[in-house]
Amino acid sequence: MMEIKQTAMAGTLESSDIQITLTPIAGATEIHLDSSVGKQFGEQIKQVITETLASYKVEHVRVDAVDRGALDCTIQARTQTVIQRGLDQVDQVNWEVL
Amino acid sequence: MQNKVGREIPDAYLNDYALYESTKIGNPTIQKVAPKISVVKPGDEKLVASIEEAIDLAGLKDGMTISFHHHFREGDYVLNMVMDVIAKKGIKNLSIAPSSLADVHSEIVKHIESGVVTKVTTSGLRGKLGEAISNGLMDEPVILRSHGGRARAVETGEIQIDVAFLGVPSSDAYGNANGYKGESVCGSLGYAKIDAKHADKVILLTDNLVGYPNTPISISQTDVDYVVEVEAIGNPEGIGKGATRFTTNPKELRIAETVNQVITASPYFKDGFSFQTGTGGAALAVTRFLREEMLAKEIKASFALGGITKPMVDLLEEGLVEKILDVQDFDKGAALGMAKYEQQVEIDASCYASPYNKGAVVNQLDVVILSALEVDTKFNVNVMTGSDGVLRGAIGGHQDASNAKLTIISAPLVRGRIPTIVQDVTTVITPGDSIDVVVTEIGIAINPQRQDLIDCFTQAGLPVYTIEALQKEAEKIVGKASPIQFTDRVVALVEYRDGTLLDTICQVKD
Repeated sequence: MMEIKQTAMAGTLESSDIQITLTPIAGATEIHLDSSVGKQFGEQIKQVITETLASYKVEHVRVDAVDRGALDCTIQARTQTVIQRGLDQVDQVNWEVL
Repeated sequence: MQNKVGREIPDAYLNDYALYESTKIGNPTIQKVAPKISVVKPGDEKLVASIEEAIDLAGLKDGMTISFHHHFREGDYVLNMVMDVIAKKGIKNLSIAPSSLADVHSEIVKHIESGVVTKVTTSGLRGKLGEAISNGLMDEPVILRSHGGRARAVETGEIQIDVAFLGVPSSDAYGNANGYKGESVCGSLGYAKIDAKHADKVILLTDNLVGYPNTPISISQTDVDYVVEVEAIGNPEGIGKGATRFTTNPKELRIAETVNQVITASPYFKDGFSFQTGTGGAALAVTRFLREEMLAKEIKASFALGGITKPMVDLLEEGLVEKILDVQDFDKGAALGMAKYEQQVEIDASCYASPYNKGAVVNQLDVVILSALEVDTKFNVNVMTGSDGVLRGAIGGHQDASNAKLTIISAPLVRGRIPTIVQDVTTVITPGDSIDVVVTEIGIAINPQRQDLIDCFTQAGLPVYTIEALQKEAEKIVGKASPIQFTDRVVALVEYRDGTLLDTICQVKD
């Protein structure tokens, strides 16, 4: 398991982007999503975030995501970035999961 | 019961409505109705001191139907101003039948909540009002009609207007009015003219009272009961809000370029052709591209129709368009054109688009370019409900103008993560049978009913796809959307232009 050391953020609130904040917590991982396309793509967005967290073996985090209609590739990239920042490993990209 | 566009219509509406059958309206015999007239005798005066006094004199009572026009679009002051006076007087249970509603009219929400307004029929619903109605604000479903459909309903008495409150940019004290002389011009009064002809009582509100007789006469003294002078009826700058910017968006320009290629490769692009465009960046860009082609090939249009924008008036000025038939102006520039050019001619909503008269101008139209929130693989178009199922659009003249010889829908494949080309539209507003070509940024799809156009555009080397292929391309980009969740409660009925029931819109969940 990888431990998130600090609260981290990635992404913007521009349209077609997603802003993700990661906070370490004691309990199980929670995803809080606020999306302009939530009714149609909410589950899909959560799934991309969940899968990306799993690929880094990240647990015990609170994810706050504000989505403005980002495509899956963007959601994945922002999630990877916020994890690397949370792990304090921005200079050591984990190429294996990428 | 399912209607002919495959929409399930709840049994509750089968008594009041015939189900939609076809875009072909046939040759039925219909009866028009005429209003009750309270005779004005020599010596009577029509100018009254306040809106309240006019309401009292007109005898407005609980349960009546009132109407407004939407020529000022987002710049309208009249509807909110009049509704506030009516609410203060304690009148309840009114039906309102404006020609359309804009964002600025969201104040109606409070009048619905307090029981002043209990029924609504309109062409458009947007903003907070659309949201509130989609969330179940009203007991009675809203009836949505096209501009032509509304003209039909008023002329046949389906909409019986007791009192029409019509804001006019100039009027004399005896009720001769037009829309293009004065401080706050809106141009054509095409929608208001129908109401003036058919309402039992007609009250004009003006901020520009001029000497008798005021000419040209768009609304005539013979139809007007009272005239009220008010400080301001609307802001002309609000007419074109968000509608008239020339786009620099490369996707929109690409679509506009392709639309232009479709028009110029079609058999309809020849001297004396006619066309209509809507608002929005792509439509305005089409007008500019079309101008270059018309100059290059020495082709002139016999008329342009619609919803008029400044770029169309520029074509008139240049001599590339001989006449403009003008039911409404979409920006101040077009409104001012009404005063300047005698070839820019005002027509009323019935003449523009009603299916039930002795021939509307849309029957003579060659080419129309329309927009869409969604288009499905049956070519059905939705311009009314958003991707979340909420009311946020207007039918406008979409159903009416789409009976042109060449009906083009210009729409991007996707908007952000929202697909535009889908398997089934959320709401059917214009049946696919009247749509000929869909133009996106990657290519075009042609209705299989139009083999002539498939041959023509394939030969011209245009990027032709099937509509199913375009839908799959959209899905590849954004993924598969979950269907929007609705309750069983109907919040709006969509009429086809002939008054048959085309679709119903339900309350959104949560």
